[in-house]
Order: sequence, then C-alpha cells, then structure tokens
Amino acid sequence: MSNFLTDFPEMPNKQFREFKKGVDASYKDFAREWGDLIDAMFDPLLKMLVFFEKTLIATPWPIFMIVLLGLTYWGSRSIKLVIGTFLAFVFIGYFRMWDETMSTIAIILTSVIMSVVIGLPTGIAMSRSDRTQSIVTPILDVMQTMPPFVYLIPIVMLMGIGKIPGLIAVVIYAIPPLIRLTNLGIREVDKEALEAADAFGATKKQKLYQVQLPLALPTIFAGINQTIMMALAMVIIASMIGVKGLGQPVLQSIYNQYFTKGVLYGLAIVIVAIVFDRVSQSYGQRIQKHRSGKIV
Amino acid sequence: MSEAKIQIKNLYKIFGKNPKGAMENVKNGVGKDELLEKHNHVLGLKDINLDIHAQSVQVVMGLSGSGKSTLIRHINRLIEPTDGSVTVDGDEVLKMNEEELRSFRRSKTAMVFQRFALLPHKTVLQNTIFGLHIQNISEEDANKSALRWIERVGLSGYEDKYPQHLSGGMQQRVGLARALTNDGDILLMDEAFSALDPLIRKDMQDILLELQDELHKTVVFITHDLDEALKIGDRIAILKDGIMDQEGIPAEILLNPKTKYVKDFVEDVNRARVIKAKHIMSEINGQDLSGAMPIDQDDFIDRFIDKVISDKPDNLIIQDKDKKNVGFLSTKKLSEILKR
Repeated sequence: MSNFLTDFPEMPNKQFREFKKGVDASYKDFAREWGDLIDAMFDPLLKMLVFFEKTLIATPWPIFMIVLLGLTYWGSRSIKLVIGTFLAFVFIGYFRMWDETMSTIAIILTSVIMSVVIGLPTGIAMSRSDRTQSIVTPILDVMQTMPPFVYLIPIVMLMGIGKIPGLIAVVIYAIPPLIRLTNLGIREVDKEALEAADAFGATKKQKLYQVQLPLALPTIFAGINQTIMMALAMVIIASMIGVKGLGQPVLQSIYNQYFTKGVLYGLAIVIVAIVFDRVSQSYGQRIQKHRSGKIV
Repeated sequence: MSEAKIQIKNLYKIFGKNPKGAMENVKNGVGKDELLEKHNHVLGLKDINLDIHAQSVQVVMGLSGSGKSTLIRHINRLIEPTDGSVTVDGDEVLKMNEEELRSFRRSKTAMVFQRFALLPHKTVLQNTIFGLHIQNISEEDANKSALRWIERVGLSGYEDKYPQHLSGGMQQRVGLARALTNDGDILLMDEAFSALDPLIRKDMQDILLELQDELHKTVVFITHDLDEALKIGDRIAILKDGIMDQEGIPAEILLNPKTKYVKDFVEDVNRARVIKAKHIMSEINGQDLSGAMPIDQDDFIDRFIDKVISDKPDNLIIQDKDKKNVGFLSTKKLSEILKR
C-alpha cells in the first residue's frame, strides 16, 4: 500500500521499451517507404530557395544595396530608415558576413512566402467556421509550445539533413501567428459593414475580397510581421540541421568559444530582424492611412 | 392608393435554440417576458401584418427592443423569420434561393444603416458605386450614376475623401447616395438619421423628402423619434415588444390612439402641425354654411388657425383643390381637438 502512494503506478519498464521501439520502428518504416516521395514533393520549394540564394549572392553588392534601399523607401517613405538600413548593411559587409546574410534572407523570404501561401487560406477557413477553428486552434497551440528540437527529430528522420527540413522547421515555428491573426482579423470585421455588403447582394467571394480581407489587413499584416521575426529567431536552430546562413557561424562559435565571431554574427541577425521589422511595419501602417486623419 | 408593394403576413420571429418549438408557446399566448423567463427564447416579432404601398413612405416606430430593426431586415431577408410570409411585387421573398435572393437585393432594394456601414478603405466614390461594382457594371457607367447622386446629396468635391475624414452627417449622405445609386424601387432605412445631431438630422429629413417628391420610391423608414415619424411618414406603424399596436396615417394615430402605449407616445405632439383639415372634417349635411370660412382640405391646422382666431367664424367649410366644398368643421370642434 505504501508503495502505491509513493510511486506512481507506472508502465513496466519492459513494456515501455517495447512501446518506444514499436513506434520508432513503424515511423522508420514509414520514412523509408515515403521519404523519397515526400522529398520529391518538396523539390519545387528547394528550387525556389536555391534560386533566391544564388540570385542574392550573385547580385553585385551595390545593386543589392540600391534595390534594398529602394524597397525600404517604397515601403516606409522614411529617409531615416533608409540611412539606418544602409549603415546596417555596410556593417554586415565590412565585417565579412555578406554571403551568409544573403543565405539567411533567402530562407526567410522562402519561408515567409510559404507561410503566407499556407497560413492565409487556413486563417480564412478558420474564420468561416467555428468547427474548423476548434480543430485548428489546438494544433497551433502544439506548434507554438512544442520545443523546436522535438519536431526536428521526425523531420530529420524523414528527410535527412538539409535545406528543406530546415525550411519546414522554420515554417512550423513561424506560421501560427499569421494563421491566428488572419482568423482574428476577419472575425473582428465590423458586422454592419458585412450586413451592408449582404444587403447590396454581394457574393461570399465578393465579401471576402472587398470587405473582410481589406478590413482585416492591418491585423493580417501584424501576423506577417510576427512570422518574419519568428523565422529569423529559428535561423540558429535550423542551422543545426544544415541550413546555411548566419546561424551556422553562431553555432560554430558556441562549440569553439569564438566570442567575437559569435557576437558579430549575432548582431547581423539582429540587424536583419530590425530592418525587416521596421520596413514591414511602416509599410503596414502606410497602406491604411485612410484610418487616420482629421474630420473636415 | 395603389396596391401593396410589400406585403408582410403573419410574420413571427423568435430568437433562441429552438424557435420552432417556442412558436407553440407564442401561439398559445405566452408573452415576451414569460417566454424569456420560462422558455429562454426571445420574442422578436409576433404576428405582424403590414401592407406597404408603392411610392409611399412607411414609418415603423418603436422604442429600442420593440423589434423594428428586426422587422425591416425581414424585407430583404437579412434575417430569416420563424414563420410567416413576406412578398414584394407578389414574389415570396422567403422562398427565393440564394441566387434569386441576391438578384432581388441587387435590383429591387437598397438599404441605409444607422451607423452608416461604409467601407473605411474605400473612398466616397468607391463606396457609392459599391452596389453597382459588385454587379460587375462597368466602372464608367457606375461612376456616372454615382457622381450624379453624390451631387444630389451635396457631397460634390468629396469624391476622393475617405469616410473617416467626413463628419457623421456627411457619412450618412454617402450612405444615402450609395443606396440611391443602386436604383431599386425600395429604400430601406434603418434608423438612418438617429445617430445624427438634431440640426443635421433635420437637413437629412428635408433631403429625403425632397428626393422622395421626385423619385417616388417605396420607403420603409425605421425610427424611435415620433416627430421624425410624423414629418416623414405617409403611414406609421407602431411596434411594442414585437407586437404591432397600431398602423395608420399620422393624423389617425394622433386622433385615435388605440392603446395606452400609443397614447403616451403621442401625448405631447403639437397636433396643429400634423393634422390637416380633411382629417377632422365631417360630412356636409344641411349645416348652416352662411359666413363659413373656406379652408383648403390639405392645409395643416397651424396654417389656418391664425385666421380663424382673428376672424372668429362659427364654422369652416373645407374645400378641395378646385374650390369644391367637400366637408364641414365647426370652430368648436376644432378647439376641442386642439385642447385634447
């Protein structure tokens, strides 16, 4: 009796070992059977990522700089932000981190595009049905709380080490805020505006494109911004399974105690994050300038 | 008067988990409070019957919670009824499928909302053409018609402004222009002017009456304000707790309120400004007409009361447009009506 109270009635050791072995074995079988096919499915994505990476690295730095500063100005209409971005990338280039930065930007771009392509429709579907919402929400909860290292294991078992498993890990980590905020943004759209659209005979599609999405855009944009930030935060963990970029040197520095190198590459990640954040945020604010302003 | 454009028959609306089940109770005479307390359902509308005539302004009046906004939403079926029928031009709105309902809403009705319900990301012009835009009408045609109505409601020069940049009164002008651009026969106005300041509200009422003089739409106008109802309405229906207490022309409601609720409502109204001579005249039946003062039958009492006071005739003779005698009114009766 005393044993029962002090020790939890747990699964016997032998059975537990068998259980683990059984699950592992069947997953390994699954991976062996389907791994190649799944690899092939993600091939276009790999091509896109490699294309971005090669293009960015091959682009002469002055041209990249002009395009980047042009985009920064177009997005934010702020000279201050343009100067800041210029200085930040001069720092990156001068301290010999240019190519790694380009690789990181390539994977961020690819994963954000993938997140939007998957996340936006998922968020829309969630906003349309309470049932879908009640199914998707717990999945998102798991994605956001499960330590990334844990889901790296099955991904690596299935697809090995490389760019695509890294990309998938980044997307799993970065996509939940976009889905959540798309859902929230659409659900928060003014009921009267929707009723007006109904009263004038709008179809479901017209309501989505002309009322719900435009009115939810600021919230959706906050989601995209979050997704960019979280994708950057994943760069180091993704580098553990072979994603090139700013993460790998940081990882090396941890193993070898290279203090200066670690700090420099860490700063480069911070710089990319701040530039992306500020530009996407000010763009998000600029596209909704009709929301502010005085009454005539 | 022409036949009914919109016909509402035995309309019931009950909100709750099992409205059809609750219908039994309502038909057995369970009231609004009891239904909520014992059966946990809200009685929205109970046995509403209303004929709305073409080209007239039908006001539906009641306090908040009386079901008036629920009622207007049944006409274009933004709300599904629990039971009953709504026909427009003889077509049963409640039997339409999705496609038919959409084309009905696009071609026959247009709605103006209490809180304007404009789209904040669209300009005044884009908001105004919204109804036409979703019908895939060419931008050129839509703009042409929209610009005309923007001008009519007095918003020329504001076409490219966003709603947020306009005051409440101006936003509702956009709402009105949007509804008129859609060019349906039926204009549904859900407390359209209630959110506006008194002075701006008066302006908007005048604009509406002026437009109605010219357009002759069938207008259903919801309000909680009796003065507004009397000013705008050709006929007024009074709702209380989802039940229609009384329906009729303004003068009839003022002179013969059927229930205490209606009586309380109309108590403080200045009758002289609402009642016309023809509403209170009696038949000519051998009365002594010598020295009677001639009065136009469509004149409100306050138009001729000064003359009556200064000339002190005993009797008034009521005439139509062609100066033909149509009715009789004694000064004594007139003063009784004004004193009541």
